[in-house]
Amino acid sequence: MRGGVCHDIPLTLTLSLMERGKFQGIVIDLTREFIEMFAQIEKKLAAQEPINREEALWLLTEAELLQVGELADGIRQRKHPENRVTFVVDRNVNYSNICESQCKFCAFYRSADADDGYLLDDETIFAKVQELVDSGGTQLLMQGGLHPTLKIDWFENLFRSLSERFPQVQIHSLSPAEVIQIAKLSDLTMEECLLRLQAAGLASVPGGGAEILVDRVRQEISPNKIGWKKWAWVMEEAHKLGMRTTATMMFGSTEKPEDIIEHLFRIREIQERTNGFTAFIPWSFQPDNTELGGESASGIEYLKVLAVSRIVLDNIENIQASWVTQGARMAQVALFFGGNDLGGTMLEENVVAAAGCSFRMSQDDIVELVRGAGFTPARRTTEYQVLQEY
Amino acid sequence: MTELFQELHNKIENNQRISDAEALALFESNDLLAIGGLAAEANHRKNGDRVYFNVNRHINYTNICVSQCIFCAFSKLEGDDDGYTLALEDIREKAQEAVAAGATEIHSVGGLHPRLPFEFYLDMLRTIKAVSPLLHIKAFTAVEIDYFSRISKTTTLEVIHALQEAGLGSMPGGGAEIFAKEVRDKICPEKISGERWLEVIEQVHNTGLKSNATMLFGHLENYSDRVDHMRRLRELQDRTGGFQSFIPLAFQPDNTRVPGAKGVGGVDALKTLAIGRIYLDNFQHIKAYWVMLGMKIAQTALCFGVNDLDGTVIEEQIGHDAGADSPQEIGKERIINLIRKAGKTPVERDTLYNELRVY
Repeated sequence: MRGGVCHDIPLTLTLSLMERGKFQGIVIDLTREFIEMFAQIEKKLAAQEPINREEALWLLTEAELLQVGELADGIRQRKHPENRVTFVVDRNVNYSNICESQCKFCAFYRSADADDGYLLDDETIFAKVQELVDSGGTQLLMQGGLHPTLKIDWFENLFRSLSERFPQVQIHSLSPAEVIQIAKLSDLTMEECLLRLQAAGLASVPGGGAEILVDRVRQEISPNKIGWKKWAWVMEEAHKLGMRTTATMMFGSTEKPEDIIEHLFRIREIQERTNGFTAFIPWSFQPDNTELGGESASGIEYLKVLAVSRIVLDNIENIQASWVTQGARMAQVALFFGGNDLGGTMLEENVVAAAGCSFRMSQDDIVELVRGAGFTPARRTTEYQVLQEY
Repeated sequence: MTELFQELHNKIENNQRISDAEALALFESNDLLAIGGLAAEANHRKNGDRVYFNVNRHINYTNICVSQCIFCAFSKLEGDDDGYTLALEDIREKAQEAVAAGATEIHSVGGLHPRLPFEFYLDMLRTIKAVSPLLHIKAFTAVEIDYFSRISKTTTLEVIHALQEAGLGSMPGGGAEIFAKEVRDKICPEKISGERWLEVIEQVHNTGLKSNATMLFGHLENYSDRVDHMRRLRELQDRTGGFQSFIPLAFQPDNTRVPGAKGVGGVDALKTLAIGRIYLDNFQHIKAYWVMLGMKIAQTALCFGVNDLDGTVIEEQIGHDAGADSPQEIGKERIINLIRKAGKTPVERDTLYNELRVY
């Protein structure tokens, strides 16, 4: 050990000593590097300047959890000074689990000839949406597998019927991979396909299927799924058509920290061009019953990824904490690490549950969770308009 | 608020105690990250980057209990279909399994059984010790010690001596719940008082045995009750130095009879662990009991002042009966990995915190 300040002094203390001018040039080299990097990032964020990939990677891999949390929390406070935490009342309807993609991280898909493969009929779907409406829901998250035969007319008919029957519900459905699949089966261009779906009632597109937007990782975990550029292409086109979308990231499978950072910057660069993303939602790979297997990301890893997402994506308004994959306790803690939204109440959820993760929360539970953390709970629309504070 | 944090920061830096009022102000604050920062600082000064765990096995020898605490989902009455009492042979087998799995500790607590004689508990200790004299037995709460003295019509001091002679190595910190009488009368009216718990533990410490101290939170108590609880522990520790770790236990409401209880949020759990670290300056260790917190929160707590992740805990019953959704055991490799991912150094310890191996 050189100098008078050693590793035994935690960084939080070191930094506060530095702020108060107590260091007097006795910092050892390693600590100085660390402090300088942190100070450089802090300065950029204070000036509301974007940080670069190198700095983001440093935050993810080198900085301490609480430090990263404080930076993210600062941005969350600046973007959401009203101290609200929002949620939407929604339901997943998974119209089919039959999927040609067969991703290795997924426990939900079945092949077309599987005994437990299914395709919901219209009446079943209507009944599910009716339940959603009965509980005050405003958002329908309908997603399925990449079904081998469902063409655009199936979706157009369904969306038209749903729009007529349930005008109060926003159809926030499908994903870029499904849009491409439907276009392919229907001999349409992606643009034509999206335009027709929109005309039939598709109002916005969730950001699923993004996984990690780095093709090397996608080759490993979902070799049959569209590459990252096609994902971005569909999203940009949706934004051009005036549809808002979200963006997700599934981390904790085979990617490296650099891939997470690349994902965040690719999302940020799309947003710079289109400004169409309403929210970013990182969640962690759930290993049970999947081909990939292994362990799920730890609590600290999740909070760090969430916080770095908040810091890098300063051009996206909302960051969702994922109680579905992390549980209620972690989701509440996540509100101090950049999260300002809890996503949906998820009257029904099947995909994550198939991978051995089945947390449930009622609207009351969510309201209680938000209050318990000292925030004001607010129910919102898909487009983040506040409907009611609690 | 910033002033409070600055003041507390100075106190920690100068090894000064924080007051009850300051602890209360921390509980009332929503600044989770600032509280965590103070606790991390306090912990770092005491324990550096080391995080402890041990390889242990729980043996809950009976769930039949004359005390019907409303927060408990484990206890059964004699004659209930799902009541059980382990035979000494079962206990021997479990101890053998524990040794085979590399355990260094048996953690054993149970209900207050209406008919088992005191001799049973002595036999139990001897049985485990006969399996391996190297196994450390951490068993019984102050509540059980008090009960044994009543059923054997002898003093608690004699009970402690007899148990020690039969192989008792130390005691866990259970049965403390919340000391405040008003809350205690509601949640566990038949259990010994907080004063009695402290009195028994003081005797235990005076015989040279170490123990832990717990606090059950998130039921009917308020923040003042928590501070009161920690104050009494801090005072006793000043006299005896016999507490090894403080273990705040997050109340699990499922299958219990606590009216209106909702369970502990993640923020409250981390805050309570952190404030425990800041306030209890004379405790060396703060333990996150992952069985009741869940592994994600327990690991996160390592950045909020916690330096002990308890053990591998094979076959835990009590928390699980109350709806804890954590696994019933966890592999040593997984604990080591989680500690490393928190940027800390994993250290396997024995029950008395001797370091067995640094990973």
